Amino acid sequence: MDKLVEIVAKSLMLPAEKITEELKYNSIPEWDSVAHMALVTELEDAYGIMLETDDIVGMSSVAKIREILSKYDAAA
Amino acid sequence: MMLRPDALEGRIALVTGAGRGIGLATAKMLAEAGATVWLNARTVGSLEQTCAEIGNGARAVYFDVTDPAAVREGFVTIQKECKKLDILVNNAGILRDAVIEMASVELMDDIWRTNLRGVLLCAQYGARLMARAGGGSIVNVASYIGRFGNTGQAVYGASKAGVIGATLSLAKELAARQIRVNAVAPGVIDTDMIADLPADKREKLLGSIGMGRPGTAEDVAKLITFLASDMAGYVTGQVVGVDGGLVI
Repeated sequence: MDKLVEIVAKSLMLPAEKITEELKYNSIPEWDSVAHMALVTELEDAYGIMLETDDIVGMSSVAKIREILSKYDAAA
Repeated sequence: MMLRPDALEGRIALVTGAGRGIGLATAKMLAEAGATVWLNARTVGSLEQTCAEIGNGARAVYFDVTDPAAVREGFVTIQKECKKLDILVNNAGILRDAVIEMASVELMDDIWRTNLRGVLLCAQYGARLMARAGGGSIVNVASYIGRFGNTGQAVYGASKAGVIGATLSLAKELAARQIRVNAVAPGVIDTDMIADLPADKREKLLGSIGMGRPGTAEDVAKLITFLASDMAGYVTGQVVGVDGGLVI
C-alpha cells in the first residue's frame, strides 16, 4: 500500500480505501485539527523530519501533503 | 524546597534566556532536581562553561527567539538528540521602559517580538515535542507589570499581559494532550534588569515591597521548578505571583 495513504488512514482512523488524493482537511469529521496534529506526528516519525509550521497549515489535502513531503526529500 | 532531589529525573527541559538572572537560576534548579537541561541564549559559545558547571548532561542550544527559523532549528536539535521534551521555560525577555509619547515603533516591535511572539513560537514547537512524549509542562515568565501595570511600561506591560493571555488559552488548548501551561508573575527581582535604575527610583521601588526586599532569581526559580514538576501535576492555566507583597 502507498506509504502516505497508510499514514493518513492510520492518523484519521479511516479505512485506506477512503483516502483519496482529493481528500481535504476539515472536509470530514475525522480530519479535524486534533487529527491533523496526530497526522503531523505520524508523518514526522515515518519520514524522520520536523515539519515547518507553514507546511502544517498548508497540508490541506492528501495531494498537497505529498507535494510538501517532496520538499523534505521524503519519498511519499 | 519540598521537591525530592530526583523529582525531575529523566526529564528533558529547555530554558530560554538561560545566560543569567531568572533563566540561569531556573536551569540550575531544574538540573538539581534531576532534569537534563538545555540552556538557550543568543550568542553561540556563551553558555558552554555554564553548562559544564551545571552538569547532569546540561547542554546549550543557541537561537534567538525572535527568529522563527532559528527557533525551529533549536527544537529540531532537541528532538534529534533527546527524542522528547518534558519542560519548557519561556524566560527570554527584554525590558525597555518608555513613556507612551516616547515609545517608538521599533521599541514596540522589539519588545513584542521577543517577549510575546518568542513565547508563542517556542510554545508551538515545545507543545509538538511534548505531545509526542505524552505530555509536559510549559512555564511562561510573565510579570507583575502585565497584571497590574506601571508608569513607563505600557509596551513592556502589554507584552507581559499578552504572555498571560497566551498562557490561559494554551492551557485550555493543550490540556487534552496532558500539557500543563502556567505563568509566573515576578515582582521586583534583583537582576540586571533593575540594576540600571537610578538610585531614587530604585529606593522608591523597594519601598513598595511588603516584605521589604527585592526577590532573588532563586525565589522565582523555585516557583518555576514547582510548576514544572509533578508536584503541580493538576495545576494548569494559572498565573502565580512571586512578588513578596508588592504594591505599585
